[in-house]
Amino acid sequence: MKSFTYERPGSPAEAAAAVARRPHAKFIAGGTNLLDLMKLQIETPAHLVDVNGLGLDRIEDTPEGGLRIGALVRNTDLAADERVRRDYGVLARALLAGATGQLRNQATTAGNLLQRTRCPYFYDTAQACNKRRPGSGCAALDGVSRQLAVIGGSEACIATHPSDMAVAMRVLDATVETIDAAGAARTIPISELHRLPGDEPERDTTLEPDELITAVTLPKPLGGAQVYRKVRDRASYAFALVSVAAVVQPDGTGRVAFGGLAHKPWRVEAAEGELPRGAKATAEAALAGAHPTPDNAFKLALAERTLGAALKQARA
Amino acid sequence: MAGSSANAALAALPEIAKAGPAGTGGDAPVTARMAFTVNGERRELDLDLRTSLLDALREHLHLTGSKKGCDHGQCGACTMIVNGRRINGCLTLAVMHQGAEITTIEGLGTPDALHPLQAAFIRHDGYQCGYCTPGQICSGVAVLEEIRAGIPSHATGDLTRAPDVSEAEIRERMSGNICRCGAYSNIVEAMTAFAGDPSSRSQA
Repeated sequence: MKSFTYERPGSPAEAAAAVARRPHAKFIAGGTNLLDLMKLQIETPAHLVDVNGLGLDRIEDTPEGGLRIGALVRNTDLAADERVRRDYGVLARALLAGATGQLRNQATTAGNLLQRTRCPYFYDTAQACNKRRPGSGCAALDGVSRQLAVIGGSEACIATHPSDMAVAMRVLDATVETIDAAGAARTIPISELHRLPGDEPERDTTLEPDELITAVTLPKPLGGAQVYRKVRDRASYAFALVSVAAVVQPDGTGRVAFGGLAHKPWRVEAAEGELPRGAKATAEAALAGAHPTPDNAFKLALAERTLGAALKQARA
Repeated sequence: MAGSSANAALAALPEIAKAGPAGTGGDAPVTARMAFTVNGERRELDLDLRTSLLDALREHLHLTGSKKGCDHGQCGACTMIVNGRRINGCLTLAVMHQGAEITTIEGLGTPDALHPLQAAFIRHDGYQCGYCTPGQICSGVAVLEEIRAGIPSHATGDLTRAPDVSEAEIRERMSGNICRCGAYSNIVEAMTAFAGDPSSRSQA
């Protein structure tokens, strides 16, 4: 690991200012992903700004009937919150499908959104990776791509976003609140937080480097049957090959987002009109324009079947 | 609460921890004083900021019960209990735990006074080589506390009800602790026996 300096600011605005002040500075929260990447020298920050202990660890009711989740609320606490379990089952289920008990105790809400891809070529510093080293190429395109993206990728990158939680946040239309070094706050719909790779795969999100997530807000509960269905290579502690977050109303209408397929949680609102017609029609509409590799073409059939299983579970 | 403790921690850091060389991370160590309570004893250390909590305990406090298996949060051999929660000691910096209460396997039991879960592991043959065992036991003690606290898991059927101690719950919740000898079914038996022991509540 490369050496770094470290500070603990007293407020979110001070934290953002501290990152803006120093070159190659980064926020650290739970650290479960960042420290892993620092050990491998994929991330080499010169300065760490520790945002634990800024009071961003509360879950509050909003006047609109939703929930405002502090950026530092741990994954365990979010999944265990009674309101989340009762009204946002898809979110609790997605959180509990991810990682391990030890990791969920450390990992935070904002950190979960900002975790980096687990593409093996991103992790292997001997390989070309445009996300890790812009302009170096993408070894995944002609490599082993079973886990990688089938839609929304580019000639520069076919990495996937690894989060389960983010897929549920996307189906719930969460919004992300941030503060920057000037103290200016802004609100970003979750649909606009994560980017497609295009020719800048090194940028995972639309956030500025000195922009700190302070909270994630959920609109009022959607009701309906809420399902998170995840398919992976082992029964626990593995990233998704395909996952489906679904909210289905008694009349068969609803919302659906997919994980494991793209550089961001994949939701196509226009395809949701097909939900009453079933999984095949919905998946075909949501995944039109997919560009799988021979290694991962199976994900298209798997996505349709996983959606079918999720819809069946929702009707049960 | 957080604001004042954060400021206190900042004030306690030497100037060098706040002002380092510009540019991407360097090679020269930057050190700081760290203080936390380990197994009931207050400890202070001057350490390289890069030191993980696991390395601080193993290499500097010589508490070698917690094991370094993968050093990437994948195996669980370093599991320890920090402020009542089990975490991977390898994936967190020691400097991030100023003032924390840390419990390792050495704090749970001793050869003369075993923790009931340690005794259950012996009785049910919950290990072979023993390398993963301290992490399994720290994790196992915390898992049963999590179930008692009503924290759900992927194996919990109804999210609006309190989870119970079942084999499915134990297996899912222990998935962050890998055992290459494959002692899993005996670990489940040991945990089930410990969970059913009324004395386990005060011992955890």
